[in-house]
Amino acid sequence: MTPARLSLAQPVPDEATPYHTEPATVRLRGQHLRLGYGDRVICPQLDVRIPDGSFTVIVGPNGCGKSTLLRSLCRLITPQAGQVYLDGKQIRDYPARTVAQQLGLLPQSATAPDGISVLDLVSRGRYPHQSLLRQWSPQDEIAVQTAMQATGVADLAGRAVDELSGGQRQRVWVAMALAQETPLLLLDEPTTYLDIAHQIELLELFRHLNRHNGRTLIAVLHDLNHACRYATHLIAMREGRIVAEGAPGKVVTADMVQQVFGLPCLVMADPVSHTPMVIPRGKVHMA
Amino acid sequence: MRKTPLPTALPAANRLAWLVLCLGLLSVLTLLSLTLGAKSISLAIVADSLFGPGQHPDAIIITEGRLPRTLLGLLAGAALGLSGAIIQALTRNPLADPGILGVNAGASFAVVLGAGVFGITSAAGYLAFAFVGALATTLLVYLVGAYGTARLEPMRFVLAGVAISAVMMGFASSITLLNPWAFDRVRFWSAGSLDVRDLDLVLQVAPALLLGIVIALLLARPLNVLGMGEDLAVSLGSRPRLIHATAVLAITLLCGASTAIAGPIGFVGLMIPHIARWMVGTDQRWIMACTLLLAPVLLLASDIIGRLLVPGELRVSIVTAFVGAPVLIWLARRAQLSGSRT
Repeated sequence: MTPARLSLAQPVPDEATPYHTEPATVRLRGQHLRLGYGDRVICPQLDVRIPDGSFTVIVGPNGCGKSTLLRSLCRLITPQAGQVYLDGKQIRDYPARTVAQQLGLLPQSATAPDGISVLDLVSRGRYPHQSLLRQWSPQDEIAVQTAMQATGVADLAGRAVDELSGGQRQRVWVAMALAQETPLLLLDEPTTYLDIAHQIELLELFRHLNRHNGRTLIAVLHDLNHACRYATHLIAMREGRIVAEGAPGKVVTADMVQQVFGLPCLVMADPVSHTPMVIPRGKVHMA
Repeated sequence: MRKTPLPTALPAANRLAWLVLCLGLLSVLTLLSLTLGAKSISLAIVADSLFGPGQHPDAIIITEGRLPRTLLGLLAGAALGLSGAIIQALTRNPLADPGILGVNAGASFAVVLGAGVFGITSAAGYLAFAFVGALATTLLVYLVGAYGTARLEPMRFVLAGVAISAVMMGFASSITLLNPWAFDRVRFWSAGSLDVRDLDLVLQVAPALLLGIVIALLLARPLNVLGMGEDLAVSLGSRPRLIHATAVLAITLLCGASTAIAGPIGFVGLMIPHIARWMVGTDQRWIMACTLLLAPVLLLASDIIGRLLVPGELRVSIVTAFVGAPVLIWLARRAQLSGSRT
């Protein structure tokens, strides 16, 4: 869909909303980003700001560039044009370790070394805080224990990671990312492959970390209803562009979902959380 | 390393126990390597010829023969083992061998070239040719493997290594086929041996080997992080490309120098890190430490067996192959292909 057709179908919502004048400060932002792989440009021109202390969730259809955006924010891909800024300075100008003390990532593609124990894996999150001469400190110990308790894997410390269930394993990875103790944490589809109960459990954990530990979380999620329920700041993308941005209660409308996903739907208030709830109309029921 | 009463306290003690055991084995084999051979020499005479006046007629056997070969066994063993540990960690393939980077093929080709084309006959000459050959080949493999990719693909290095090795081997064979004299010179070199009979040669390669060993040990921590995937490695603040380049440098120094002086010796680099993983687990720091002690044990043991088995001495590369092949088959049978869990 071209931008012209987009604006014909719907007025582009929130594009003009001066969200950057909100009181929230912004440590991490991308400016004039062009993202892609070689000749394949995925995001032609993108500006993004992550409000400090927010639980920002990026949603959008497959291939809209949401993972690409997330990867560019944590240096995994270099923008073809534009810059990512951390605390007002280009992120690529910092030493790798300095960034790693501020910005963590839970990637989709992490592999646990065969036979590694839960404790050893979580401990590896301390890498950016250690050096050859200072390999293990009491502070590392506290961070690892705290992370394992927060994720409920302390009892599994001695177990081998590959013996665990999918839900437990994902919690161990989250513990590892938490042990890194970064104020900013990026999560690339953290709930994929988990059943609904484990998804909710994990999202509740993220919300807790966001509210009570003051961490800024930036997640890519597939489930729009989960995003509406847990996000404090929603970024909706389509074809490499941000089409809506703001608190879910403000930006999630039937029109917006239609525009972003091409999905006819109703938007109602979630009876439990009072956040927007998206109900697809589907074809069968429309008749 | 970790001081808390956690469930891993016991494995940590186990790891230390394995390390002490390896150290004990290494000490015993070092002594055996000095005393055993075509003529067994008592420890008293060994000590006398190494540290005392060395008046005994057998002293020359020790200082000229067994001391260089024992020293070489220690250094080359550690070098081959550590380079194997690095390549296995880097490719995340427990069955990878340092030879896949083309080190052996490059060294062989250079030696054949030296003997066949430049008429080199001295051991020092072979050493220089082999080392430069190993260095140049690994560099070529690295450039071909790393060329034009945004992401690092260990598989590309492996394929480049295999392809370039095959070409090198082809050239080497055609030279030796056309030049019987060169063939005669090279065939002994290409069956690896620790029997160098010259302490100076060992001392010439020692700096390269020691440097390689230090780099390998420094790589243990970064390799731990890289083992969880490149994305996580970056987000934890390591630089995968730098780790990769440093690792290739270490392998070249270790494997290149040891192949240059002792000839190609297989199985040590493949087998020992595997056994080390089985003993001490997945932490590369422990794997490296264990490999450092255990690999020379295998090499010295194979060398001693070779000395004692047949009067003319069986060359160490043949013995390691005899010892290594059954172990490798056993490992391959019990491990699922990805299974470094052994």
